[in-house]
Amino acid sequence: MSAQTQTLTAASHLPLDDTTVAIPEPRGAEILIEALLHEGVDSIFGYPGGAVLHIYDELWRARDRVMHYLVRHEQGAVHMAEGYARASGRVGVALVTSGPGATNAMTGIANAYMDSTPIVVITGQVPTPLIGTDAFQEVDTVGITRSCVKHNYLVRDVRDLAPVVHEAFHLARTGRPGPIVIDIPKDVSAARTSYSSLKNISFPLVERRWPPEHGAVAEAAAAIMKAERPVMYVGGGVVNSGAAEALLALAEELQLPVTPTLMGLGGFPSVHPLCLNMLGMHGTYAANMAVAESDLLIAVGVRFDDRVTGKLATFAPQARVIHIDIDPANVGKNRAPEMSLVADAREALCALQTEIRNLGELQIERSVKNRAVWWERIRGWQLEQPLRFTGSPDHIKPQTVIRELHRLTNGDALIATDVGQHQMWAAQFYPFKRPRQWITSGGLGAMGYGVPAAIGAQLVLGDQMVVAVVGDGGFQMTNQELAMAVQYDLPIKVLIMNNGYLGMVRQWQEMFYERAYSEVDLSVSPDFVKLAEAYGAFGVRATRPDELSDVLSAGLSHKGVAVMDIVVSKEENVFPIVPAGGNSRDMIVE
Amino acid sequence: MPIADLHLAIREQWQRQTNLTQEHWREAENVNHAKDQSAIGNDMRHTLSIVVADQPGELSRIVGLFSARGFNIETLSVGQTTDPQWSRVTVVTRGDDRTIEQIVKQCSRLARVREVLDVTMQPHIEREMALIDVEATPGTRRQEVVSLVAVFRAKVVDISHTGMIIEATGNKEKVEAFIELLRPMGIRDITRTGCIAIGRLSNIDSSRPATEEPELSQAVSTS
Repeated sequence: MSAQTQTLTAASHLPLDDTTVAIPEPRGAEILIEALLHEGVDSIFGYPGGAVLHIYDELWRARDRVMHYLVRHEQGAVHMAEGYARASGRVGVALVTSGPGATNAMTGIANAYMDSTPIVVITGQVPTPLIGTDAFQEVDTVGITRSCVKHNYLVRDVRDLAPVVHEAFHLARTGRPGPIVIDIPKDVSAARTSYSSLKNISFPLVERRWPPEHGAVAEAAAAIMKAERPVMYVGGGVVNSGAAEALLALAEELQLPVTPTLMGLGGFPSVHPLCLNMLGMHGTYAANMAVAESDLLIAVGVRFDDRVTGKLATFAPQARVIHIDIDPANVGKNRAPEMSLVADAREALCALQTEIRNLGELQIERSVKNRAVWWERIRGWQLEQPLRFTGSPDHIKPQTVIRELHRLTNGDALIATDVGQHQMWAAQFYPFKRPRQWITSGGLGAMGYGVPAAIGAQLVLGDQMVVAVVGDGGFQMTNQELAMAVQYDLPIKVLIMNNGYLGMVRQWQEMFYERAYSEVDLSVSPDFVKLAEAYGAFGVRATRPDELSDVLSAGLSHKGVAVMDIVVSKEENVFPIVPAGGNSRDMIVE
Repeated sequence: MPIADLHLAIREQWQRQTNLTQEHWREAENVNHAKDQSAIGNDMRHTLSIVVADQPGELSRIVGLFSARGFNIETLSVGQTTDPQWSRVTVVTRGDDRTIEQIVKQCSRLARVREVLDVTMQPHIEREMALIDVEATPGTRRQEVVSLVAVFRAKVVDISHTGMIIEATGNKEKVEAFIELLRPMGIRDITRTGCIAIGRLSNIDSSRPATEEPELSQAVSTS
C-alpha cells in the first residue's frame, strides 16, 4: 500500500453551490446544516437536548429546507436513519444530544456497523472546557462508539466542522459502508467562522478502491467454468453495491444455483428457478445441502458469519472458495479462500461475466451441460424437504400469516422486521422480488428494530406499502415510535406475530434446554389494539384462522398507521434449524 | 484442588449445562487440541510498523482494535515520522500467519492509518532501550557492573553510593541477556521502551555493519 493523500471534491455528484461561500461568519450549527444540505440530506431523525440547542435553533431556521423528525427515543432515531439508508441507498442521518442521547443511540450505531449501513450520527457534547470533568450529560462518546463505527470524530475546532461532515459522508457511503459518529461540543456549534466552499478539501486516505484485478478474474472465471457443483453464496454486499442485475445476468448465463444470506434476501429474486433460498441456521434444506456438497463456493459480499457456516471446519468441506468482497479484512477472516477478489461486488461480477463471455458460447454451453447432474441432485433435495409447516383449524399459524401477507400485498411490500422467530418466518415465506425490499437487523440481532426501520423506509417509499413484521417482545421495545409515525403521517403497517412468548428463546429452551421455559412468558402484555388506538393509530386483531384474511385486509388497506395484532399458535418452531456450532448433517427439519 | 481435577470439574459442569453428547465433546476436544498444536507450531513474534495520522485518539483506535479483536500486544512504541503530521507506531505482537494477516488488514481499514507493514518479513533493524536501576556498592560490585556495562556497550547515566542507573540499547535478546546478567547484582527497577524498527538500507542481510555488537547481536529475523 502506498501513501496517498487524495484531493477529492466532496459529493462530486452534487452541483457545487458557491453561494454558500458568501454567508458571513455563520456559527458552527449553521455550518453543520449547510454542510448537511450540501450532502443532499433532506431528512434528519433526532431528539433535542442541552448540548445540541444551537443546532436545533439553526434547524428551526432551516425548517423549509430540511425536515426534522422528532422521534420518541434515540434508539428509534438511529434505526430510522438505518431504515432510510437501506430503503434508499443514501446516507441516513440521526441527531442526538450528549450523554444519554449518545448512549441510547449506541444500539443503532452498533447495528449499522454489523450490517454495513451508511449512516451519519451527530451527537452533541458538553462544551470543550468541560470535557473530561464529568460534566452534566457528559460521556466519552468517541470512546464508547469507537469499536462499532467505521470512523468517528470529536470536533474541537469549528473550522474543522465542514471538512469533517463532508469526509464523514464520503466515508459512510464508500467502500464497505458503515456508521460515522460526529461528536460536536456545544461551544463548537456556537463558535463562528466562515464556511468555505467544498472545493479542494483534502481527505487523506479515505478513498481506497480496488478495481478487480484481471489475473484473479480470469482465474475465478476458469474455476467457475470448470466447476461441477458450484453454488453462489450471496449477501448484503450484493444489495449495498447494486449488484443484483449483474448477479442475475451471471447466474442465468451459467445456470448457477444461488443462495442468499439473510442480509442478501432480495439481492436475487426468491422465486427465480435458480434460487435455492436462504442458507444457514434457518436456511432451506436444499441450500444447506448444496453448500455442503458443492465443489466451488462463489461467495459474493458475504463474511462467513457463524449463523451461516455453523461449525466452520465442516462448512462446505469439499468446496474451493472464491471470495468477492470490498473489505479485504473479510477475506480470510473466517474461511481462507482459494481465490479472492477484493472489489466492489457489481464491478467484480461484471468483470467475471465479460471474462466468461469472452470464452465463447461453446464453452458456456459445455459448462452448463456439465452441471445437469448437479441440478438434478438439487431438485431432488428441494422435493425431498421443501419448506413446510402443518396447518391448524384452531390456531393461526405464523407461516400462514406471512403467506397471506404476501398474497394481499402482491409480494410488493417492503418488509422490515425485528429479531426472532417472526423474522425467520418472514425471511422463509415472503418471496422477495427486488433489492432493498427487505430490511432486517442481521448481524447485531437487535429487537426493536422493525418499527423504526419501517418508519425510515416509509419516508423513502412515499405511498408504497411498508410493513413492519414484529414479535410481541420486540414491538414493546420501540412501540413508542408509533406516536412519531402518526405525527408525521408515515402510514406504516405493523404486523405483530403475537404468541405471548419470546418465541425464539423459548424454541431454544424447548430444543436444547429440556423445555425449561426460563423467563420467556410475555402473556401479560398490553392490549395492542387499544395501544394502537391510544397512539392515534388503527388497531385490529385476529385470533382465529377464519378471521385472518379480513383482519389483514382491513389493516393493510387502512390509510394511516395500522397495527395488526395476530394471535398465533403459541409453541410453533422455526424449521429447518441447524443447531449453533453444528453443520448441515445436524439439520433438524421438523 | 489439583489443576487437572479442577479442569475435569469445569468440564463436567459445562457438559451438563450445554447437554453435549459424548461424541460432540470428543469432537470439540480434538478441535481444541489441534488448535493448541497449531498455536504452538506457528505462533511467531511479528513486528508491525503502522503509520497513522498524528491526531488525538488515533493511538487508542489501534490499541482498542487489538483488544476488541483479541490480538495481543507485547510492546508498543510511538513517535513522530519525518512528517510531523504522521506518527509511526511499532507494535510487537504474536500470532500465526492468519492472525497476523488479520491484524494487518484490520489496522489498514482504519481511516487514519496510512500504512501497515509487517517488517518481520524483510531485512530490518530492531532496537529497544532499557533504563536499569541496579545495586552497586563501592568496590568489586561496582567494578563488576561497570565491566558488564562495557561488554554490552551500555552507559552509566546516574550513580549514587548504593547503585547506578544504566542505559542499555539493543535488540530484545541483547537487552534481555544484559538484564539477566545484572540480575544477581540486585535490580531495583527497570523501565523498557518497547521495540522500534526500521527497514535496512540494503536488502542484503549481510550488509549489517560488522562493528555493531559483534559478540552479542543476533539476527533478529530468526526470532
